[in-house]
Amino acid sequence: MSRLATTFDELRARGERALVAYFTAGDPSLAETQRLVLEAAARGADVIELGVPFSDPIADGPVIQRAAMRARERGTSVARVLETVATLRAETPVPVVLLTYYNPVLAFGLKAFARTAADAGADGVIVADLPLEEAGPFSAEAEAAGLDLVHLVAPTSTPGRVRLIARRSRGFIYVVSLTGVTGERRELPRDLEAQIRTLRRLTTKPVCVGFGIGHPDQVAAVGRLADGVIVGSAIVRLIEERAGTPTLVKDVGEFIASLKAPLRVRL
Amino acid sequence: MTTLPDAQGHFGRFGGRFVPETLMAPLHELERAYRAAGRDPKWERRLAGLLADYAGRPTPLYFARRLTEHCGGARIYLKREDLCHTGAHKINNVLGQALLARRMKKPRVIAETGAGQHGVATATAAALLGLECEVYMGAEDVERQALNVFRMRLLGARVIPVEAGSRTLKDAINEALRDWVTNVRTTYYLLGSALGPHPYPMMVRDFHAVIGRETRRQARTTLGRLPDVLVACVGGGSNAIGLFHPFIGDRRVRIIGVEPGGEGIATGRHGASMTAGTVGVLHGCMSYLLQDDDGQIATAHSISAGLDYPGVGPEHAYYRDAGRFEFVSITDEEALEGFQALTRLEGIMPALETAHAVAHAMRLAKTLPGSKAIVVGLSGRGDKDVHVVAKALGREVK
Repeated sequence: MSRLATTFDELRARGERALVAYFTAGDPSLAETQRLVLEAAARGADVIELGVPFSDPIADGPVIQRAAMRARERGTSVARVLETVATLRAETPVPVVLLTYYNPVLAFGLKAFARTAADAGADGVIVADLPLEEAGPFSAEAEAAGLDLVHLVAPTSTPGRVRLIARRSRGFIYVVSLTGVTGERRELPRDLEAQIRTLRRLTTKPVCVGFGIGHPDQVAAVGRLADGVIVGSAIVRLIEERAGTPTLVKDVGEFIASLKAPLRVRL
Repeated sequence: MTTLPDAQGHFGRFGGRFVPETLMAPLHELERAYRAAGRDPKWERRLAGLLADYAGRPTPLYFARRLTEHCGGARIYLKREDLCHTGAHKINNVLGQALLARRMKKPRVIAETGAGQHGVATATAAALLGLECEVYMGAEDVERQALNVFRMRLLGARVIPVEAGSRTLKDAINEALRDWVTNVRTTYYLLGSALGPHPYPMMVRDFHAVIGRETRRQARTTLGRLPDVLVACVGGGSNAIGLFHPFIGDRRVRIIGVEPGGEGIATGRHGASMTAGTVGVLHGCMSYLLQDDDGQIATAHSISAGLDYPGVGPEHAYYRDAGRFEFVSITDEEALEGFQALTRLEGIMPALETAHAVAHAMRLAKTLPGSKAIVVGLSGRGDKDVHVVAKALGREVK
């Protein structure tokens, strides 16, 4: 059984929901990313999403765009991100899911990427611009390597697409809560509940919701519907604000704890 | 060859739809609407009417006698897309897509622009059809194409400068895609080049193929046969694919795309993705790209904002690998020489993009006998570039 499956099973058994915490690898540096991930895991993050910086991140809002740019300026390459995963894996059992765009994976080589990532101890991978229709070749390599390829479902996905995505997604299903790019929003989209209900009728796989969620109250609301809540930009923005200060790791850890708190409550 | 792309939008291994899931259903919807429009004689008549009465088609196929004499070889003909309304070929595609936006009942159109020609054309069609229009433009291009920025604003469009990344066309497309992901229910993305996710490369090609169809007809009349060589500049490749496509089956017609060589291929400061690029995925399609070993997209360099792009349309990539299209590059300096030669010898001031094709045609003509005929896709007029040319020649225009 994969580490992701075990994690979601254990949480379900305890009546908890998962906090999936996103970090852009290499922001402010890969060494800091390691410290941040370990602290996050210690303070309640159940799954770590690690972003591979890319020059043209079309699914990302300004906060994660800036983080990717900072990381690239520090020379964060795909190979070094995967090395960081291996270093982390020696210290923590927390599941790690890589989030990337397709071109860096293509450039690394589909098979090489899947194998190197799996060998490093990564559990899954999300490719933001790789829809079902184009996923065949990489999906085969990921499966062969034992890496879960997580597919995304969007508010615009037709019922036929939702069904296929639910069937093919591995590890969990990533529900994009809104039409738009990553980034915090004031309110949760109204049709989110219906979107998740549709999925529940189709699958028993874990369902995690991301995009636009950054406040503990929002996490609590989404936690009542989904198996996991993904928070990205709010964490990355805090890192941007505190980078270079002695309290960076501690402050991010406290924020993680505040996001996890409402997800510990038994339903 | 008319069967390409396949049902998933692939030209062999190129093309496809590499976009966030949010855009997949809208892309399918767009494709359905496009195919339905093509089967609707009323819609087709409306487009043909606008191309004739509004855009000014057909454009002439002009024999450039003095340029030909100057080169002393093959005869050079110019397909005068610069005479289209708004000053470039871009209007062909824009009218088609703007009519499609209306048909799909999308009240708002967005576009990206490099040199500003596609932005101006989109703003023009939006004014004509009463659509709300916003144009994304790299901040560097906003500076070097100030005239076109003001034209768009006069036409009622909002121009949004993009400060991210290289501040050029690539980043304008990123931002337009982000806007489309966000406002996809109300917004039509009017993409201006023969790239992006399927069905854009196919649609843009089809709307511009009128250039090649007219050229065939006109060549039969003036030459009594097809031309020997076609030459067009290639950034994303919209004017080139429009001119080339109707000739793909005519094996005796040589087809040459001219890429921006910038300061020279060896300097690394250029935009020649066919000459110096590798296969990858950018902006929704697989094609040749300028990128580093880590799959990060490189910054392109060209004196012409419209060619300043690190990728190329997927159909060009396919026919390059198939050996049907040839690709060469022309440097900034050579393009400036082409610009000046055409201006002085023919009284036709080409866009700097177009000047790349002119420069290569001149070079090629010298190597061919007078019995051969070269058709140059004269994709746009050069008024917008006068400031850039003045600066490059060390002059100042107040």
